[in-house]
Amino acid sequence: MRVVNKPFNKIDGMSLVKGKPLYTDDLCPPSALVVKVLRSPHAFARIKRIDTSEAEKLPGVECIFTYQNIHRKPFTRAGQCHPELSPYDKFLLDEYVRHVGDDVAIVAAVDEKTALNALKLIKVEYEVLKPVLDFETAEENPVLVHPEDDIFAHLPVGFDPKHNVACRVNFALGEVEKVLEECEVVISRTYKTQPQAQAMMETQRAFSYLDPYGRLVVVASTQIPFHARRILANALDIPASQIRVIKPRIGGGFGAKQTVNAEFYPALVTLKTGKPAKIVYTRSEVFNATTTRHAMKFTVTIGAMRDGKIRAIDVKALSNTGAYGEHAETTLGAAGKKVLPLYNKVEAVRFSGTAVYTNMVPGGALRGFGVTQGTYALESAVNELAAELNMDPTLIRDINMIKKGETTPLINMTTKGAGPDPMYMDSCMLDYCVKRGKELIKWEEKYPKYQVSRTKVRGLGMAIAQQGSGLPNIDMAAATIKLNDDGFFNLLVGATDLGTGAETILAQIAAETLGVDLEQIVVYSSDTDATPFDTGAYASSTTYTTGNAVIEAAVKMKEEIIKTGALYFNTQPEKIIFDGKYIICSATDEKISLADFSKKITYNLLHTQLSTTGSFVPKKQAPPYMAGFAEVEVDLETGKVEVVEFVGIVDCGTPINPKLARIQAEGGIVTGIGLALYEEVRYASNGKLVTDNFMDYKIPTRRDIGKITVEFAPGYEDTGPYGAKSIGEVVVNTVAPAIMDAIYNACGVRIRELPATPEKIWRALNC
Amino acid sequence: MLNIQEYVAPNSLEEAYQYLISQKGATLLGGCAYLNLGTRNIPLAIDLSRTGLSYIRENEDTIELGAMTTFGDVEHSAILARYFNNILALSVRDIVGIQLRNLVTVGGTVYSRYGFSDFITALHVLDTQVKLYKQGIFDLEYFLENGSKEPDILEKVIIKKDNRQAVFKAMRNSRGDYAILNLALARIGDKFRIVVGARPGRAALALNTMEYLNNEYAQKRELSPEILKNAGEIIAEELSFGSNGRGSSEYRKELAKVLLRKAIQEVI
Amino acid sequence: MVVNLKINGRHYTLDVPPDEILLTTLRNLGFNSVRQGCDTSTCGVCTVHVDGKAVLSCTVLTCRLDGHEVTTLEGVEEAAETIGRFLVEEGVEQCGYCSPGLIMSILYLEKCVPQPTDEQILHYLNGNLCRCSGYEGQLRAIKKYLEVKYGAGSKQAI
Repeated sequence: MRVVNKPFNKIDGMSLVKGKPLYTDDLCPPSALVVKVLRSPHAFARIKRIDTSEAEKLPGVECIFTYQNIHRKPFTRAGQCHPELSPYDKFLLDEYVRHVGDDVAIVAAVDEKTALNALKLIKVEYEVLKPVLDFETAEENPVLVHPEDDIFAHLPVGFDPKHNVACRVNFALGEVEKVLEECEVVISRTYKTQPQAQAMMETQRAFSYLDPYGRLVVVASTQIPFHARRILANALDIPASQIRVIKPRIGGGFGAKQTVNAEFYPALVTLKTGKPAKIVYTRSEVFNATTTRHAMKFTVTIGAMRDGKIRAIDVKALSNTGAYGEHAETTLGAAGKKVLPLYNKVEAVRFSGTAVYTNMVPGGALRGFGVTQGTYALESAVNELAAELNMDPTLIRDINMIKKGETTPLINMTTKGAGPDPMYMDSCMLDYCVKRGKELIKWEEKYPKYQVSRTKVRGLGMAIAQQGSGLPNIDMAAATIKLNDDGFFNLLVGATDLGTGAETILAQIAAETLGVDLEQIVVYSSDTDATPFDTGAYASSTTYTTGNAVIEAAVKMKEEIIKTGALYFNTQPEKIIFDGKYIICSATDEKISLADFSKKITYNLLHTQLSTTGSFVPKKQAPPYMAGFAEVEVDLETGKVEVVEFVGIVDCGTPINPKLARIQAEGGIVTGIGLALYEEVRYASNGKLVTDNFMDYKIPTRRDIGKITVEFAPGYEDTGPYGAKSIGEVVVNTVAPAIMDAIYNACGVRIRELPATPEKIWRALNC
Repeated sequence: MLNIQEYVAPNSLEEAYQYLISQKGATLLGGCAYLNLGTRNIPLAIDLSRTGLSYIRENEDTIELGAMTTFGDVEHSAILARYFNNILALSVRDIVGIQLRNLVTVGGTVYSRYGFSDFITALHVLDTQVKLYKQGIFDLEYFLENGSKEPDILEKVIIKKDNRQAVFKAMRNSRGDYAILNLALARIGDKFRIVVGARPGRAALALNTMEYLNNEYAQKRELSPEILKNAGEIIAEELSFGSNGRGSSEYRKELAKVLLRKAIQEVI
Repeated sequence: MVVNLKINGRHYTLDVPPDEILLTTLRNLGFNSVRQGCDTSTCGVCTVHVDGKAVLSCTVLTCRLDGHEVTTLEGVEEAAETIGRFLVEEGVEQCGYCSPGLIMSILYLEKCVPQPTDEQILHYLNGNLCRCSGYEGQLRAIKKYLEVKYGAGSKQAI
């Protein structure tokens, strides 16, 4: 391989580090109106009266929207393929507000101060309603978060708003009860995860203007430009042809920007006034008015034999989707579908999940997307089973986990359009990952614990995980390659690089396939008017799904060059060789450089534009795997946990760019550490999120993480581009369960509700 | 969003004081660390940055920290490094990040009497006084309890130089977080002085614990594990420990015991 | 209110509202390397230098800077290029949103402690949050940068 599997620098890296104006707010015309949103102070209320007359009189105020002067049409903000699995349960503005931070009114003014002053002048009289704040009892709660009748679900997802149910996910294989009865050991444990924040550094933001044809252009920090176009068209009730969405550089997303949110407001203002308009979310708006990881509760029952053989797993899951059902079904489903196949040798498995509405901040997408929550629960339960059996957790994995070339009918059952043929996990390197991780963490030497002082003990723990690589028969990506008159190529993709280096990786793939240098590929992404369709940056799809589309486009381009070369040399295509630099006629030994050839076919002969497009939809599950090992130090007096080291061995097939893959892993592990130890979420009794800023919501700092060690398993996935699988999300999943087990091994305390704060551990040790 | 109607930057304390008493709501600007949080309406903002209050001065018997001295200055001061085991620098060095500490001021912190402050706890374990421009000099302890009786300007804090050994301890979960509890301990000859802050209430002296330890040490010339244990019980009982998002009162009590023991072990 | 100040070596006379924060002023002037991140003086993405000291531009009132000197990443292009290259070589710029603030903090670290220990590096950069990189690679990049610049070894704890 010349270009792939090489640690190239990110092609946009130097511009980024030099602080160039490349992000949404940098590009907004200074004349843009400033848009602000009045947000609900109540968790649940009906707007009895709303008076904007005083605000409208304020000089500089351009327009104000309330539910009274805006059309009513249900939609979902979730960035998913159409028809979405998320219910259409949101309105641009509504008479009801369903969580603290829900939108009440939209103001556009000449500057920020005027807009904020106008918000203060809007008089709202609320009928404050009793909110639903406990998701564990939401289903039985007589109070309905969505009492309205005009909301609906496109697909049969178990949508039942009359019981506060957004969706249900159920699947089963074998007879769980029967097998459980036959088991020698059955454990049943309940685990809870907190609604973690994505906490990207750039808050949501967007600006809009009208193009020369009067169409709406929305420039947004989004992971899903094409879904955004469709969702905006639906919500604003205008044809998609009248909308163009442009994604500039993004200051991180992690799933936050897989839901359309800020985009609606400036778009409405521009459509009404014809003027450019922008919105930049405050950090408080991000916390209160966008989405979080879904808080979930799991009861996991595992049945096993004394020899460690796991025979049955039963998972009951409850997810809190908050006020709106964005990504409710898909995250809940992922918590089972991308977790349970890890243990493919079970005789029976069952997953029964419900996502409920509450009057809390909506759930949404966050790196790991339900799999993180599900993995924490299942892997913790397996670790508890190992403890119950007095068995090394790596041994119980060895006995039960999925290995190279194996499968389970569960994979077919939970994969859309899978058909009857078994999908073998031919590239699974989980076995290697566990073995290598044990070596690196010095498992044999240190497990389960060792004392470092009178009050400090170090413990070890581990977990395994998988994710997906795109969504089979759902995620579609396309790439267009265009040959230019100096022999360089444009690579146009709708995929969205969140900073991960996706564009670099796609350029590497294109260069490899075309046989050219990386410098000859010019990437453009992403613009719904100019780039081909891509579902977007989510579901760990870009490398695998878009990467394959790029290969197809590049293969076609080579064919085109050869075909056109044959015309140029007046011969048959079989006699033409393209080696990346020259087009060679093997019959005559004549050759022409690609640069000269491109000039000639553009200006002198043939007069043709070579342009090819490749499309791809995954057909097979190609999950990446990981084994994570934690060594922690617990202060027995205070309960404080320090991560000494976290070792992650990742099977992402053959990484296209090992350097960028490593940073994906390191970054994901730190997000996992945050989930495990620091990122505590607290609500006040009235339903107000208390931890709605970075003073109270603590993502890890660089002194909070210990040593991070990452290695890759030498794997190769046949269906992946040059052997690659995904990397972006799998890396989060093992962290919390591994750390929880390390804490347990150090001090005997089992934390079943994240995060493991010092006080929780101290209480368990002392109370 | 912050709203300031008028801004002045007087060149002298007297001028600043005249502005301060000129109208209701006149507000002194220190480090402005929390100014931008929430919505505040300030009719007149008085910037003290031109009044010459940014200094760390060593006198014969005292060290003076001007009100506009930043935590960054405290952290890097060669003068402070020579006294009290550098406790003041150590107390501020874990607060968020250096780019914030380069803004947060001694005066802004002490005048606001923040309960969560690490710096105040450390300051309090030393022999510290505050100088208010009009009302004169007060013991820090008195000031923390009472604040300023009338609009006034905190000019400086004055620390008596002595050869006390001082230790600062804090418990925080994330290194970027505020402390769940902090504790400062000083040993002055055979006497101990103990201050506990972020309870989450304001820093306060643990007088009973101090008395107990002083007596025990005077008699036995050592502090056995049992005495330390007893001292822990006393400190947990004598001070009020509250609950907030960062920790419960029970947990804070326990932390007080642990931090106390660790602090004592460093000076014995 | 009229403020005279130097930004990146150039003199500016600005008329700003009394409550305008430096972050806003700088962005209005087109210094786009300075960014909003948290609104609560916590994240460090808006870090600039005032009179040579690293500060949060979201926490400084512009009118207070009359007669002072402000440096943003745009004012230290060469250093941005050099340090930036080390970050890019490790792949830890990632989304890049926090990189300018981080580089301003690295420059301040260098000024305060030219040959820092790992612990000192972490101490000086703790106020720069990053959700992408996981920090570990940033430490590798910064150490390589300092090693190339000052030579390996002779690290001393202060």
